[in-house]
Amino acid sequence: MSKQPILEIKNLSAGVEGKQILKGVSLTINEGEVHAVMGPNGSGKSTLAAVLAGRDGYDISGGEVIYQGKDLLELDPEERAREGVFLAFQYPVEIPGVNSTYFLKAALNEVRKHHGQPELDAMEFLTLVRERMKLLELKDDLLKRSVNEGFSGGEKKRAEIFQMAVLEPKLAILDETDSGLDIDALKVVSTGVNKLRRPDNAQLVITHYQRLLNFIIPDYVHVLVDGRIVKSGGKELALELEAKGYDWILKSQTVPA
Amino acid sequence: MSTATETIESLVKQEYKYGFVTDVESESAPPGLNEDIIRLISTKKKEPAWLTDWRLKAYRHWLTMAEPKWQFVKYPKIDFQDITYYSAPKQKTDGPKSLDEVDPKLLETYEKLGIPLRERGRLAGVAVDAVFDSVSVGTTYRAQLMEKGIIFCSFSEAVQDHPELVKKYLGSVVPYTDNYYATLNSAVFTDGSFCYIPKGVRCPMELSTYFRINAAKSGQFERTLIVADEGASVSYLEGCTAPMRDENQLHAAVVELVALDNAEIKYSTVQNWYPGDENGKGGIYNFVTKRGMCKGKNSRITWTQVETGSAITWKYPSCILLGDNSKGEFYSVAVVNNMQQADTGTKMIHIGKNTSSTIVSKGISAGRGQNSYRGLVEIRKSAANARNFSQCDSMLIGAKCGAHTFPYIEVKNTSSSVEHEASTSKIGEDQIFYCNARGIATQDAVNMIVNGFCKEVFKELPMEFAVEAQKLLGVSLEGSVG
Repeated sequence: MSKQPILEIKNLSAGVEGKQILKGVSLTINEGEVHAVMGPNGSGKSTLAAVLAGRDGYDISGGEVIYQGKDLLELDPEERAREGVFLAFQYPVEIPGVNSTYFLKAALNEVRKHHGQPELDAMEFLTLVRERMKLLELKDDLLKRSVNEGFSGGEKKRAEIFQMAVLEPKLAILDETDSGLDIDALKVVSTGVNKLRRPDNAQLVITHYQRLLNFIIPDYVHVLVDGRIVKSGGKELALELEAKGYDWILKSQTVPA
Repeated sequence: MSTATETIESLVKQEYKYGFVTDVESESAPPGLNEDIIRLISTKKKEPAWLTDWRLKAYRHWLTMAEPKWQFVKYPKIDFQDITYYSAPKQKTDGPKSLDEVDPKLLETYEKLGIPLRERGRLAGVAVDAVFDSVSVGTTYRAQLMEKGIIFCSFSEAVQDHPELVKKYLGSVVPYTDNYYATLNSAVFTDGSFCYIPKGVRCPMELSTYFRINAAKSGQFERTLIVADEGASVSYLEGCTAPMRDENQLHAAVVELVALDNAEIKYSTVQNWYPGDENGKGGIYNFVTKRGMCKGKNSRITWTQVETGSAITWKYPSCILLGDNSKGEFYSVAVVNNMQQADTGTKMIHIGKNTSSTIVSKGISAGRGQNSYRGLVEIRKSAANARNFSQCDSMLIGAKCGAHTFPYIEVKNTSSSVEHEASTSKIGEDQIFYCNARGIATQDAVNMIVNGFCKEVFKELPMEFAVEAQKLLGVSLEGSVG
């Protein structure tokens, strides 16, 4: 049986305030696959994540994105989330006074409502949460605190992956999830992500450094430079990149992919 | 402007739900203010001579005063001769003896506002005094309260039935010389609520007054007096609405609270006067003096207010901490949207030893609204070991509104401590997008963020009203975020 594509990005061009950032990106992600997009600073990695999640302020100047047969770019960000697209933020924001558990329950129930499932009550939700918390070795008190408020960098990233564990997205986009994490936190977060990997979902891991890919092993690696994917390959490409640096790609690549 | 901003702005445009007018025949004094009008009010209410004199003294003092100009609000000059100072729904008899005699139209009005007064459908566990224009139309659960010795009735009735209590406490916290609007109120006040909790009694239910302005061009000047005797405690709630009218209407009330030894008074307000339209036409001028006296040792007064209405809000619910170890608390959420203006805060006057006060103020500005926190913490020489903690947070929604903070601190001894924290934040598009990216729509996200911001205050409200306040906040800000 051939794999079903979850996400097909076709020749996507996008920019912000008149400045072109993505210059024709194409990428297909099938069920059960983990793709990594690597690239130097300013290559357009975070723009790609933002455009896929539907953040305001980006102009799409060309191409299309098909998510499970739907035109993703036509959907509002909340509709994308309810359809199963999840963005783990590079910089999760704090929402003072809004309890983490309350927030997550509201989010999960939006997804359930969207799929015609009954909303979970407080007890059912708590049972689910306790089970998923074990994945991330999270402390109970995190749930009692306000969304991301006063969290350390590591706690914020762990909390993002914990939300992912509860929401069980079809497509998870991890935007620089390794940034700001020490090696122990990186292991915990990666282990969590790996446990959430299933044959019917997919992950798009965006990172600057190879070290995350020691823990989250991708099926494919794509190198994004100046808004274009200039090289694609297997997991070994990441190691090669680590050894030789982005300059190597720039020099060896004369024709855009 | 991004689309998220536009969505947020379109969210604020929500109609005022309580803007209807009740068609009821009323009896009004001619507009204008002079000694004859004051005598007329006093006569109508069959008041004793000492009270008429008190009113006249206040009026004569008022004539010597100038309208205050220091507050950070703008409005055209008020023509005090153009206001009607007495307006009451006409009654066939001398006054309704029970709710059965009240004009059904009035009962309907309150039902429409969600405050049923009839036996059936009354709010469980909440006794209500309903004030319509200048008079109290009825008070629920009076008999049950009386069994415990609690007096809860309209101010006019208190003057007739308990003159000794009224005479003892009226003006004891807010003297008739206090300030321009309080002095005006002292001269012309028409009705309001009176409450007395005897020694050692904990009031078994929430007491509340529901104010409704109906008549056009009339001012509302009610007076509330709550006395908690030694060891007594009471929780009191005030609610307000008014019809949508093009002209501005003046509401100049006075609230006095007295807490004796070991007594506790919790006074909560959910203020939803008509705020005017989005261009600032019409709306209530809410110029109110509220003050509590922690007269006895270990007494405690808590003010909690959620202010969403009025064209202009100008009030400073305050505490005079006279008794040793007494506590004053002020928790406030003030929301301004469209063209609304608010200058609100509190005064904590520490006089007794070991007195403590807490101030938590949350200001939310949207549209072209201007929101000011103004507060005074005064620690006198006698107030050894006094403590104060103040926290003033402002949230801005959109780019055309303003938030201002004017804290005044005066400390006259060295054993006291005063802390002040302040912050200003903007509802970020980042926060909204974060919620969106988790499947939560923008309107829900805004409500969630704003309610989170106000949480410390809402938790001080009685349970059923906290829910109401949250909803009200959602409505007030619908279409406002930017």
